[in-house]
Amino acid sequence: MFAFSSFFKSTIGRKILMAKTGLILVLFVMGHMLGNLQIFLGAEVINAYAYKLHHVLPSPALWGIRLFLLVCVGVHVWMAVLLTLANRRARPERYAVNRVVQATYAARTMRMSGIILLAFIFFHLAHFTVRSVPGMEYNDPAVLSPNEVPLVKHGEPVLKDGEMVMTFNVNDMMVAGFQNVWVSGFYLIATGLLCLHLVHGVSSMFQTLGYRNTTWLPRLNLIARLYGWVVFLGFAIIPIAVLAGGLDFDPTGGVPQTHEAPAAH
Amino acid sequence: MKLNLRIWRQKSPLDKGRFEDYQLDDVSEDSSFLEMLDLLCEQLVAQGKEALAFDHDCREGICGMCSLTINGIPHGPEKETTTCQLHMRHFKDGETITIEPWRAKPLPVIKDLVVDRSPLDRIIQSGGFITARTGSAVEANAIPIAKQTGDTAMDAAACIGCGACVAACPNASAMLFTAAKVTHMNSLPQGKVEKDRRTLAMVSTMDGEGFCGCTNVGECEAVCPKGIALDMIAQLNRDYTSAQVKNFFEPVQ
Repeated sequence: MFAFSSFFKSTIGRKILMAKTGLILVLFVMGHMLGNLQIFLGAEVINAYAYKLHHVLPSPALWGIRLFLLVCVGVHVWMAVLLTLANRRARPERYAVNRVVQATYAARTMRMSGIILLAFIFFHLAHFTVRSVPGMEYNDPAVLSPNEVPLVKHGEPVLKDGEMVMTFNVNDMMVAGFQNVWVSGFYLIATGLLCLHLVHGVSSMFQTLGYRNTTWLPRLNLIARLYGWVVFLGFAIIPIAVLAGGLDFDPTGGVPQTHEAPAAH
Repeated sequence: MKLNLRIWRQKSPLDKGRFEDYQLDDVSEDSSFLEMLDLLCEQLVAQGKEALAFDHDCREGICGMCSLTINGIPHGPEKETTTCQLHMRHFKDGETITIEPWRAKPLPVIKDLVVDRSPLDRIIQSGGFITARTGSAVEANAIPIAKQTGDTAMDAAACIGCGACVAACPNASAMLFTAAKVTHMNSLPQGKVEKDRRTLAMVSTMDGEGFCGCTNVGECEAVCPKGIALDMIAQLNRDYTSAQVKNFFEPVQ
């Protein structure tokens, strides 16, 4: 009597798709933030982390994850567009007097923050993943020098067949990227909007999936708020540290002989 | 008290409609909002003009007929209060009050402030029957029902179907209404038998009538004169998901 395909045509089914793709992206964002914060542990740590993602992890797995995340973003946005268009159709006439009774700012601006975040994702991928933003082609040694630095493990350059293993200079790329005030500004605004998006999104996710009641509402709202702020601060602290001079270029890639590492050894 | 009224007038569903300004000079603070509109109607008729059309019936806050978006808020500024139970003492002397009908595509204006709420009836209708014995009243304790279950069902059954949730929702979503109706029937043993069929059918009718999705902003809960909580929507989402999963493996009849 009821076709299963109707699930993804129903408003609830579409919302559930948004919630589930949202959950995956929410978890990814936290992982991404923790990965980024390794820049504070030294150039060699963040470079080795990037090396692990790109070379230790099998290439099909890396591409599989990337594709999966892009599909999640795609489905999330597609469902948002379908629902928004239907929402507009359902309410073509506005009230002469518009009064918000209790809806939060975050809830009312999900579409605005979402659209700007989508634009940011495109820029961010072009900037640090594809590295093809005009004037910021970090794959070009003329733009970022040195482009490749030795891979360092346990304070020693990693050797393979007597040769030093080289890896992409992620530390210097991030420093170079964020020394541009405009770029840093855009990243700060985008992560701020991400915080706003998460404050409504994370608690809304539980409601859509049906995991919520009056007792849990304040707790979920608190979790969402904390999550949003942690993600914002974790991402924002890097451009701020670069602009304040706390993070700098390390052309050695963190090789201990030349690197001013704390005298732990 | 003196009042300036800015009221939506619309001759028919096809008429474009417009605001008209009226003035009432002697309104008692103790009169209800609808009594204040009755005064206006008398004044209009005395002037040979056409009276204002607005929905009302029991005037006790239980029938769900009265509607009216007052200063942008369905049922006006008082929490958990229907328009008929709203008193003029909550307004200031000399205040301008804007009165509009519910605005939602699925609930079109019939005349002035009266909207067609039959789509809400059709959602209930599609829920169908419950397998209960008809005829003489059943002995009250024949079916044991836990206190908590009874409370949930009662909270849901408090919905009077006025449509304020649809009116307040930026997406004209009928989720709170449908959720209350679904939860009311799905919680009780008498209604559990057709739970999945009912949930799928009512959501499908809701979407088909042109009500749109929930964005969890919670305006519906805030204006609901009966205090129906967003929990009901979470319950509906749960019931709907489980019904769809069951339907996938064994089609729900």
